[in-house]
Amino acid sequence: MLVDLGHLGLDQGAHLIVKHALEQLEPGAAIDVCGTHPELRVHLRAWARTRGHRYEERDTDGAVARITRGTAADAARRNSEPAGHASPTVEGAIVDHPPGHWGVAPRGAQVELGGPDPFFALDDKAHVWVDDAPRLYAQAAANQWDPATAIDWTSRLANDELIEAAVIQVMTYLIENEVAALVVPARFIAQVHPHFREVMQLLAIQVADEARHIEAFTRRAMLSGRPLGLSTVGGRQSLQTLIDEPDFAISAFLLSVLGEGTFLSLLSFLEAHAPDATTRRVAQLALQDEARHVAFGIAHLRVQLDAEPDLRTRLVAAVERRHDVLAQTSGLNDEVYDALVLLAAGSLDPHAIATGWRRVQELQHDMDIGRRRRLARLGFASAEAEALSALHTRNFM
Amino acid sequence: MTSSTLLLGAVAYDPKVVTIWEGFRAWFADRDFDFDYVLFSNYERQVDAHLAGEIDVAWNSPLAWVRTRRAAQARGQEAHAVAMRDSDCDLTSVVVVRTDSDIDDPADLKGTTIGVGSVDSPQATLLPLSYLRSLGLSPGTDVTIRRFDVLGGKHGDHIGGERDAARALMAGEVDAACMIDGNHLLFGREGTLPPGATTVIGQTGPYDHCNFTVIGDPHVPKVDRFVSLLLGMSYDDPGVRPLLDLEGLKEWRVGRIELYAPLERAVDEFAFYDAAGNVVAADYRP
Repeated sequence: MLVDLGHLGLDQGAHLIVKHALEQLEPGAAIDVCGTHPELRVHLRAWARTRGHRYEERDTDGAVARITRGTAADAARRNSEPAGHASPTVEGAIVDHPPGHWGVAPRGAQVELGGPDPFFALDDKAHVWVDDAPRLYAQAAANQWDPATAIDWTSRLANDELIEAAVIQVMTYLIENEVAALVVPARFIAQVHPHFREVMQLLAIQVADEARHIEAFTRRAMLSGRPLGLSTVGGRQSLQTLIDEPDFAISAFLLSVLGEGTFLSLLSFLEAHAPDATTRRVAQLALQDEARHVAFGIAHLRVQLDAEPDLRTRLVAAVERRHDVLAQTSGLNDEVYDALVLLAAGSLDPHAIATGWRRVQELQHDMDIGRRRRLARLGFASAEAEALSALHTRNFM
Repeated sequence: MTSSTLLLGAVAYDPKVVTIWEGFRAWFADRDFDFDYVLFSNYERQVDAHLAGEIDVAWNSPLAWVRTRRAAQARGQEAHAVAMRDSDCDLTSVVVVRTDSDIDDPADLKGTTIGVGSVDSPQATLLPLSYLRSLGLSPGTDVTIRRFDVLGGKHGDHIGGERDAARALMAGEVDAACMIDGNHLLFGREGTLPPGATTVIGQTGPYDHCNFTVIGDPHVPKVDRFVSLLLGMSYDDPGVRPLLDLEGLKEWRVGRIELYAPLERAVDEFAFYDAAGNVVAADYRP
C-alpha cells in the first residue's frame, strides 16, 4: 500500500496519516510512504524508531520509505479493560468493587492497565451507590441559583432594631451550620471512588449549595451594616461532632437525615416569619436545596441498610454517643432561640411574645415529627424513632 | 564480579533515572533476580569504576562505550555490548540551516558559524562535525564552532545543548545547528523550530547509541540472566511499559558494535580519548 502525504511534514501532523495506515495492518506488514516534504525521510526515520516500527529507505515507485509495523503501537489499548459503562442504566455499568488503578479514569473508558493504584476508602458499591443519584444530581444541577440575581437585595428591611438584630443572630447561626454542612461532604468526596461518578457529583454540588447558602446568609446578615451576632461554644461543639464523624453512612445519617432534616422545619419557619422579603427569599432558596440533600441522605441510607442490616444498630449508637458527648453542653444558643421567638412575635408586646413562644414550641414539635417520619422511612419502629428523635442535638443541626 | 548481585552503573543525567532503575529493580526482584544499581554524576566516573571492577555492567553512552572498549583493550581485556534499546539503533544526526538563508549545501557552510551541543555529545557535536570534516570542512579552520554546553560529562544525554543550538539558529546567532534526527522533528513539533523555517542540508550515516557494557566474559551467569530478562521484557506488560516509556524504548535488543565505528573515528579526529581510553580533550571538564 502506498500512503501519499503530499507536502505535509511529520512536524505538521503527517504522522496521523501514517499511523492510521499502520493501524489497518497486522504487525510485520508494511506500507510504502511517499510525499514531497523536504525532511520527510529524516523525520519518518526518527518517528518510526521511537514507535517501534521498522524504517527502510525506498527509491522506487515514488515511495521514499517503507515502514513495517511493530507490535508496540497499540499496546496500551490491547492491554486495557473497560471500566463499566458511562450510562448508569446499562446492565453492569456500575461494578461492585472498582479497582483502585482505574483511578480518575471516566466510568465507561477503556483503561490501560498499570499506573498508579490509589486507595479509595469508599469503593464498595453497596456502601456508596444510590440508583437515585443520577436523577438527584440532574435535579440539583437544574436548580442552581445565583445569589446575585435570585434574591432581591434591595427589599425594605424592618425598621425595628430588635427585629433586625434577631435576623442577624439567626443568620450568624445559619452560617456556621452551613460551614459544617459544607466541610462534611467535602471530606468524603475525595474518598469516593470516581467510578461512582454521580455520587461524587452530587456531594460536590451539595458543597456548592452550602457555599451559596453561606454567601446568601452572610450577605443578608450584613445588609443593614450591623456586625454579625454571637457564635457560641455549645453550637460549635455540636457541629464539631458532625465534622469529626469518620463513617460515611453515620455522617450522612447525622448530617443529612437528622440535621438538615431538622433544618427543613427551621427554614420553613423563617420563610413564614421573616420580617422582610430578602430574608424570606434566602430561606426559601436554601430550603429547596436542603430538601434535596435530605432526599439523597435518606436514599443512600435505605440502600445501605438493605446491604448491611447491622448498620441500624451503629446508627442508633451514633445518635446516643453524640447525645452523651453533647449532654454537658448548652445546646442551642439562647440568643438564637430568643431571636426565633422575637421573629415569630414581631415585637416585644407580651401578647405577641406569647404567640412567638408558642410558634417556636410548634416549630420544635414539627422538627420532632419530621425526624420521626424520616426515621420511619428508614425502617425504624415508632418507639425507636421517637426515642432517637428526642436524643437529637438541641442545636437542631 | 564475585557477589551474586548484579551491580549496574548508570549516569544520573535526569531525576527520572531513579524512577527507571528503582522500577526495574523491583521488576527484577519479582523474578528472583538479585539486581542493584549505583548512579554516577558523569560517564567518565562510571567508566573508571567499571574498569576498577566496582560495577558489573555499565549503562553506557556511545562515547563511554568507546572509552571503555579502548581502556579495556589497553589492559588486555575485551569489552562487550550485551544489550541495547531498539531506539539506540540506526540513529542519524542532521545539519540544519534557516530556510531563508543562502546555504543550500554543506559546501556553502565554509566561513560560517555552526552551533553544536556539549563538547562530549556524540550526536550533536562529535559525529556531525566528523561528517562535515569528511566533506572537507575542518572545524575551527573552515567553519567556526559555537558550543552549547549543558551538563558536561553527561555525553549529551541532556537535550538542552541541542535545543540551545536550535534556538541560536532561529535567533540568527549561528548559521547552522547540529542535532539528532528525532530532535529536529521534536523541535518542529514543540515550536522551537517552526515547521518550514529550517532545512536539513546534511545528514550523517547511521550510528548506534547507548549499550549495556560488560568488561571480560560476557557470559557469566548473572550477566546472561540480566540480558535474558531484559530481552524478555514485553511492552505489553503493564508493570514494565511505563519504565520502557521513560527509558525511551519498545524492546531491548542484543547488543551490536558495528555502528560505533563512526564515533571511534570522530574520537580520533578530535583527539577526545587516546587509543588507551585516556581523556585527552583539553577543554573537557566532566
